[in-house]
Amino acid sequence: MGKLLLTVIRRDLLLAYRRRADVLTTLFFFVIVVSLFPLGVGPEMKTLRLIAPGVVWVAALLASMLSLQRLFAADYQDGTLEQMLLAPQPLAVIVLGKIIAHWMVSGLPLALMAPLLGLQFDLPPEALLVLFAALLLGTPVLSLIGAIGAALTLGVRGGGVLLSLLVLPLYIPALIFGAGAVEAYIAGVSPEGHLSLLAALLIFSGLATPWVTALALRIAME
Amino acid sequence: MLEADNLTCQRGERILFTGLSFTLAPGELLQIGGPNGSGKTSLLKLLCGLSPPLEGAIRWQGAAARGEDFRRNLLYLGHQNAVKEELTALENLHIASDFAGEPLTDTQALAALAHMGLAGREHLPAKVLSQGQKRRVTLARLLVSRAPLWILDEPLTALDVLAVELIQSRLAQHVAQQGMVVLTTHQALQVPGVTPRRIELC
Repeated sequence: MGKLLLTVIRRDLLLAYRRRADVLTTLFFFVIVVSLFPLGVGPEMKTLRLIAPGVVWVAALLASMLSLQRLFAADYQDGTLEQMLLAPQPLAVIVLGKIIAHWMVSGLPLALMAPLLGLQFDLPPEALLVLFAALLLGTPVLSLIGAIGAALTLGVRGGGVLLSLLVLPLYIPALIFGAGAVEAYIAGVSPEGHLSLLAALLIFSGLATPWVTALALRIAME
Repeated sequence: MLEADNLTCQRGERILFTGLSFTLAPGELLQIGGPNGSGKTSLLKLLCGLSPPLEGAIRWQGAAARGEDFRRNLLYLGHQNAVKEELTALENLHIASDFAGEPLTDTQALAALAHMGLAGREHLPAKVLSQGQKRRVTLARLLVSRAPLWILDEPLTALDVLAVELIQSRLAQHVAQQGMVVLTTHQALQVPGVTPRRIELC
């Protein structure tokens, strides 16, 4: 089963590598959206520090929406998804592999980039570290929850908009605890509580969503 | 043995077929015919369990045809090629076999591709291959699969005369080894030594 997981991850990473433009689009979208705020709000350091966590997190949510549509769409169109459904192995494991690969090319780069972007908001170095930790725990949650929406809207016309309406409300807990961790740190409170809750959210969605997504895929393919 | 019992299939509002029953024993080849839109692909999808029938049941070796045990015995090639454009022919064959739980060595995979007439093109990305060559990459699975039940949707489309002959002789070999084949095709099928059974949908 672990071997299957590795096969899927390797395959999807290889595909992403051969289609680098898609990955870079998501990252640049994130960079540009976050960078627009200091330009729009003006060089008021206090305001910038205040809005930084929320801005970075909302930009991360929107960037993840961009890449989610591609999670199953290509496999659906060329018939590979049928082969995955008919594989004599648990579909949830294949789904989990695809989600992990998706996070490595769409979520992880955002988390790595965030501390650099946070400098524009005059965040102190320790706050940047908290921001990085929160995104590292939070972005996999976005990929996991988003996968359910991606599976449900498979093959639906205008699926992209529907996907946003379906998934963005479900992102709210991750947004609250993720942005909250950095805000708490800036306010002088320990961010540990927020980060623990994010980690709990990650564990819960990691265990539950692959099964739900697998079920949604079977329904979508009927 | 594959048994279909009193199948009814509905697509949207339309009933495509109803009361369809047949059994397929080892060493038999079943060809499903009928005009476009008569439900050939839908029937194949019912048989491999991608969609449930409105009524009726499908049994494999006496038990309901579902679950991992059934899928281990099944090779389904749909009318889409399931070939990734960005991957090479070799990578595509490797990954498809890995998913089917029958990993190949490089030597086996290269031999299968060479047999399919793709020698020298193993390392080209599939997007530069022609339609027929992509089909050959997909059909290379037939050379390496150990599954007894093959369900093939239009396997011969886009193939040239030589490749059609190659596939037909591979089908004959599979049937001779007590394999089972269900396929749809609009071409006249000439599998040496096998009289195909036919079901006409209308």
